[in-house]
Amino acid sequence: MINKVTTRERVRSYFRHPMALIEFLLTHIAAIIAAFVVIFLIAYILITGVPHISADLFAWKWTTKNQSMMPAIVNTLVMTFLSLIGAVPIGVCSAIYLAEYAKRGNKLVKLIRLTAETLQGIPSIVYGIFGYVFFNIALNWGFSLLAGAVTLAIMVLPLILRTTEEALLSVPDSYREGSFGLGAGKLRTVFRIILPTAMPGVLAGVILSIGRIVGESAALIFTAGTGTGNLSFVTSSGSFSLLAPLFQSTRTLSVHLYALMNEGLYTDEAHATAVVLLVLVVGLNALSSFAAKKLTANKG
Amino acid sequence: MNGFKEKFWQAVFLLTACVSIAAVVLICVYLLGNGIPTIFEIGLSNFFGTTWKPSQDLYGILPMIVGSVYATAGAIIVGVPIGLLCAIYLARFCPKAIYRVLKPAIDLMAGIPSIVYGFFGLMVIVPVIQDLTGTSGKNLLTASLLLGIMILPTIVSVAESSLRAVPESYYEGSLALGATHERSVFATVVPAAASGVMSAVILGVGRAIGETMAVIMVAGNQAVMPTSILKGLRTMTANIVLEMGYASGLHREALIATGVVLFVFILIINICFSLMKGRGSR
Repeated sequence: MINKVTTRERVRSYFRHPMALIEFLLTHIAAIIAAFVVIFLIAYILITGVPHISADLFAWKWTTKNQSMMPAIVNTLVMTFLSLIGAVPIGVCSAIYLAEYAKRGNKLVKLIRLTAETLQGIPSIVYGIFGYVFFNIALNWGFSLLAGAVTLAIMVLPLILRTTEEALLSVPDSYREGSFGLGAGKLRTVFRIILPTAMPGVLAGVILSIGRIVGESAALIFTAGTGTGNLSFVTSSGSFSLLAPLFQSTRTLSVHLYALMNEGLYTDEAHATAVVLLVLVVGLNALSSFAAKKLTANKG
Repeated sequence: MNGFKEKFWQAVFLLTACVSIAAVVLICVYLLGNGIPTIFEIGLSNFFGTTWKPSQDLYGILPMIVGSVYATAGAIIVGVPIGLLCAIYLARFCPKAIYRVLKPAIDLMAGIPSIVYGFFGLMVIVPVIQDLTGTSGKNLLTASLLLGIMILPTIVSVAESSLRAVPESYYEGSLALGATHERSVFATVVPAAASGVMSAVILGVGRAIGETMAVIMVAGNQAVMPTSILKGLRTMTANIVLEMGYASGLHREALIATGVVLFVFILIINICFSLMKGRGSR
């Protein structure tokens, strides 16, 4: 190594350039602070929460005594599923339009991009108010699973759109040319060649959205409400209906944690719920970056 | 037949792409349509006044606007220096081995739900501030610290990618002129990435001002003008969540109008962001 710098030379150089020393220290301190915050946050939630996890907290039915999070977990799964049914097809199809069909510099495309960016910047509480005003009041759905799911679907739509578009654009043009060269039409090329190749990227976006949905609380409090019961197919009038659960007030795990903190009586239960929520969301995000890495590995 | 199928699907793709336009239009129509008449019904001077007492029909949201601005400014003061320096570290100082751990750790922070941050703030930061200052611990300082932590990952990732986009020749040129590594990074690379850093800050502002569930736990939520860093404050977002549950009539409308004001703030921030991005790409 020609450019090897000994520690002594380094120290001397810092003496000559005190500003450099300050900059060196500042960047390192900032990195240490950031690392410390992450570690401390995760460690705190885990250490204070894990001892409070008990079988009671996973009882099938919620009561004021057990504060079970099981109904909330089930609701979260159902809510996630419903939101994705809305957001994934629309998001993926829009991305296909933007990446494969739209002509460059098209006014409409610019407008779509602009609105998607706007949607992405809107904070979840504003989605919550919109959902409340539109679905709960104007459409008269009341506090319901459906109102929450549609609100969340709109919220994660731009995320799915953007990640899918990026994944589609990262598919090399030679794939398209090859497919056209073999006589395939545009549609067949998109569905048989491009979409399968871009799948890990699409999946990463979907998983990221799941994480967002699971962690969301502000947009749900006034749309899906804070109902504590299990979803059931029996309507309030006692008859059986397949659509009944859609119109019941439900709380997801995040909203459950908010309710526990708000009441202030169930600190132990809140600690345990925070652990479950954190592990769930962090796990989903890890899965997403794993899927995204797979995409880049394929490309390379 | 085949031609029809192609045309049909192209129409489907186009229609779905228009859903985001429809969503924005719907949100604007319903929020503004509900909010603006309310603001005029309450009266401009009442609505932007300093007293929030719904029981007496006083709906002044100025304390909440000021609260949001203060909390956001606090978050920027805490989050931007640390975030920016951390981004510089990641982009220019970090050994590969540390990068492989630190980068995912900071990305992980972005995924943590805001309600968990709120829980953390309530359980950890509030008691610490309580001990240090002898106040209730729920005040502007606590909110700024927590929000600063929350916007950190946004700032780090945007600033880092803009630092990495600076051509290597800038750095090398500076080294060749005899500057040290640190001086080269701070005097040439960082200024060259200024517009990217600026968009990172704007994104951070957007996140901080829209943050709800975490702020509500640590800010104290008194609906009065914040007069000191150790006094509690209420943000616009908190105002909505706290009172929407039991509000009715004009009170509820006033809360929706608060959301509209927040929405307008966000739109302005978004416009700033796209202007900044446009400048950066040129």
